[in-house]
Amino acid sequence: MAHMGAHAHSHDEHHDLESMRLMGFWIFLITDCILFGTLFATYIVLHGNTAGGPTASELFEMPGVIAETFILLTSSFTSGLAVLSMNQGNRKGLIGWLVVTALLGASFIALELTEFVKLVHEGATISTSGFLSGFYVLVGTHGLHVSLGLVWMTALMIQLGRRGITNVTRRKVNVISLYWHFLDVVWIFVFTIVYLMGVM
Amino acid sequence: MLDQIKEFASGFFVTGDPLIYGADVAIAMTMIAVVSVLTYFKKWTWLWREWLTTVDHKRIGIMYVIASLLMLFRGGVDALLMRLQLAVPNNDFLTPEHYNAIFTTHGVIMILFMAMPLMFGLFNLVVPLQIGARDVAFPFLNSLSFWLFFFGAMLFNVSFVIGGSPDAGWLSYPPLSGKAFSPGVGQDFYIWGIQISGIGSLATGINFVVTILKMRAPGMKLFKMPMFTWSVLSSSLTILLAFPILTVTIALLFIDRYFGAHFFTLDGGGNPMMYINLIWMWGHPEVYIVVLPAFGIFSEIVATFSRKRLFGYASMVFALMSIAVFSFTTWAHHFFTMGSGADVNAFFAITTMAIAIPTGVKVFNWLFTMYRGRISFPTPMMWTMGFIPCFIVGGMTGVMLSVAPADFQFHNSYFLIAHFHQVLIGGVAFGYFAGLYYWWPKVFGFKLNEKIGKWAFWLWNIGFYVCFMPQYALGLMGMTRRMSTYGWDRGWWELNLTSTIGGFLMGIGFLFQVWQILHSIKFMEKDTTGDPWDARTLEWSIPSPAPHYNFATIPVVDSKDAWWEEKQRLVQGEAPKPKPPLEPIHMPKNSGIPFIMGFCWFVAGFGLVFDWLWMAIPGLLGVAGCMLAHSFNYNTDYYIPVDEIKATEAAARRSV
Repeated sequence: MAHMGAHAHSHDEHHDLESMRLMGFWIFLITDCILFGTLFATYIVLHGNTAGGPTASELFEMPGVIAETFILLTSSFTSGLAVLSMNQGNRKGLIGWLVVTALLGASFIALELTEFVKLVHEGATISTSGFLSGFYVLVGTHGLHVSLGLVWMTALMIQLGRRGITNVTRRKVNVISLYWHFLDVVWIFVFTIVYLMGVM
Repeated sequence: MLDQIKEFASGFFVTGDPLIYGADVAIAMTMIAVVSVLTYFKKWTWLWREWLTTVDHKRIGIMYVIASLLMLFRGGVDALLMRLQLAVPNNDFLTPEHYNAIFTTHGVIMILFMAMPLMFGLFNLVVPLQIGARDVAFPFLNSLSFWLFFFGAMLFNVSFVIGGSPDAGWLSYPPLSGKAFSPGVGQDFYIWGIQISGIGSLATGINFVVTILKMRAPGMKLFKMPMFTWSVLSSSLTILLAFPILTVTIALLFIDRYFGAHFFTLDGGGNPMMYINLIWMWGHPEVYIVVLPAFGIFSEIVATFSRKRLFGYASMVFALMSIAVFSFTTWAHHFFTMGSGADVNAFFAITTMAIAIPTGVKVFNWLFTMYRGRISFPTPMMWTMGFIPCFIVGGMTGVMLSVAPADFQFHNSYFLIAHFHQVLIGGVAFGYFAGLYYWWPKVFGFKLNEKIGKWAFWLWNIGFYVCFMPQYALGLMGMTRRMSTYGWDRGWWELNLTSTIGGFLMGIGFLFQVWQILHSIKFMEKDTTGDPWDARTLEWSIPSPAPHYNFATIPVVDSKDAWWEEKQRLVQGEAPKPKPPLEPIHMPKNSGIPFIMGFCWFVAGFGLVFDWLWMAIPGLLGVAGCMLAHSFNYNTDYYIPVDEIKATEAAARRSV
């Protein structure tokens, strides 16, 4: 009897623990917002300082960027579908949608890297001008976030395969989906401020 | 081959200065001594199991305090070396280059590797106990924060003997700190030392916000929290919003230096003034981050030793929170002379003056708390009494500096130096000392010797005024900061010599504190009550030192000063509240991952400083490996059985 009591109690505590971890992640996202906010501010200050090098409207090619944008937005949608499958208790659906999300994320990164390589070959490197320093670091920091997310998502898929949907893995899926949506929102700002305002 | 090694070593190690050779010998001997003592007494396993892998907030707090006191020693030696150099005109005790390095490391160490960790130490030692919790929200992350701070501090300090110290000032303004003007590795040590420990600080901020918002004992509504906990909340919220800016700024400086980018360079469209704006957008909140908890400490101490409820609780909370918000609106007062124009300067002058209002509210609250109280003066209260006048003078000279037109005269003079030392020593250092003295019996289970403590207090307090009052005058006489020497014809030497004497008085005060600790360990005066000061908040309701699970049963709170009210009820003959039966306690398991991950960061940082990718890449892979290892580990907690709790409680109190 005493054992059962302890068990019920522990179940409650685990639940509290997981909700606390989710809250911690929300707060981490606030700090990440400030981090991106600072990078956006530096980009906005420097975006006119081309130092005789190429300008934004000369460099950016919108078709590729629009493709990247749609891929990332779709991946945000599929990560939402993954969470829905999880809430229905459907582990296969959950892992399947996470795989789709990760593949979309990887193709986003591949496109971004292709763009960077092309720019560097055109002679537009990080040390060309203040504008390009700001561009590479802002867009690159977003890309780094997405890449870390991919590693993390892969690790989580392995854990889901081994352990199924538990309180702990459920919280982890919720957290990574939050992270993924957050990166999507940041990309909307990158797309608008860096690319759209750059070519207009 | 031998020649190659010699050539490498002469660039790798700092050479040519007898002071550094002396330090080399001292460091080597200390390390040999530590290793031999640990080996001789077979303490390596003990060190690993009980300390290096611990996730217990109380032990992490103790490690923070020890590390920060060592850093206080190093920063203090730097200060005294500077004062010796300035004691007489035309002195050649330190070369100008050496002097630059010393004022840089003095500033960085005192703020980032002394004040911050001492503050985090107090957070850890006190907050969970004060809110009736068994640990912080994320114990693993807490341990990781500590080891990131520790290895960041080590990386920074290594520059002293390997590669050369940074010498571009504590905030390292570009273009001086850029590759063109600081080609050596010192600046890279600065970047990675601060970056690594800064990530830890950010994590601690998140940890304590969640701890305070989610882990308070049942019944402890926000407006029933102890004032120190409020101050930690305001400080942690400020950390969340300020530290990411530091991370970005330092990272951009690194990218400029390493990849040749043009954020802060003079050529290529860079903008050095942007660095100065960014670094102060973090830097100004940073000084409030360190001083807010000191305000909380004074609030606890004043109430305890006046035997009265804190006067103006709600206004105190409001003042703390409004200072946290206002701290983000004043940064440009650090560079009124930059030339932003009259409108910008007027805005920042007014916001800066406005911050004096909530600060004034606090001072009046402390004074009214003492009014008609039954006041006693043990050491924590003495430091509080030393703080109030000191901080008022420091605050008023701050208001003088905030007057933008007048600031064109004061800017970067010794007037400024005297001002910020007065608020940082008089406010932060006095505050943390007061806190250490106050909570020492709770942490270690014995009291510190009062008599030696009073000697230390008077030496510090008198030394402080002797050291810094002359510096206000020197500033008005035209002496600017960071000058390594001056001529006889300036008429500055009498005041400088006086200031040096004051500095050494504070140094002797520090030695008295060391003696006080050693003496108190030897003639241990044990605290058997758990409540040696007859205090008011929950941490005093449990034995000293606290058992590792803190509270055998979680207390239920129905008022401010919960423990004081409970004691009053007992005095009036009411029966104590019935305690619920003991249940198994859920605890986090120790983990070696934080230590290993901190070490991997150290390796990566060292590799990046010297541009050795063969070292940096494995270091970073190690960091990633540690994170994955933690993610895959599901065996992270355990239960303390009821019998063990009973035994521990009985040993501490002889009854349950």
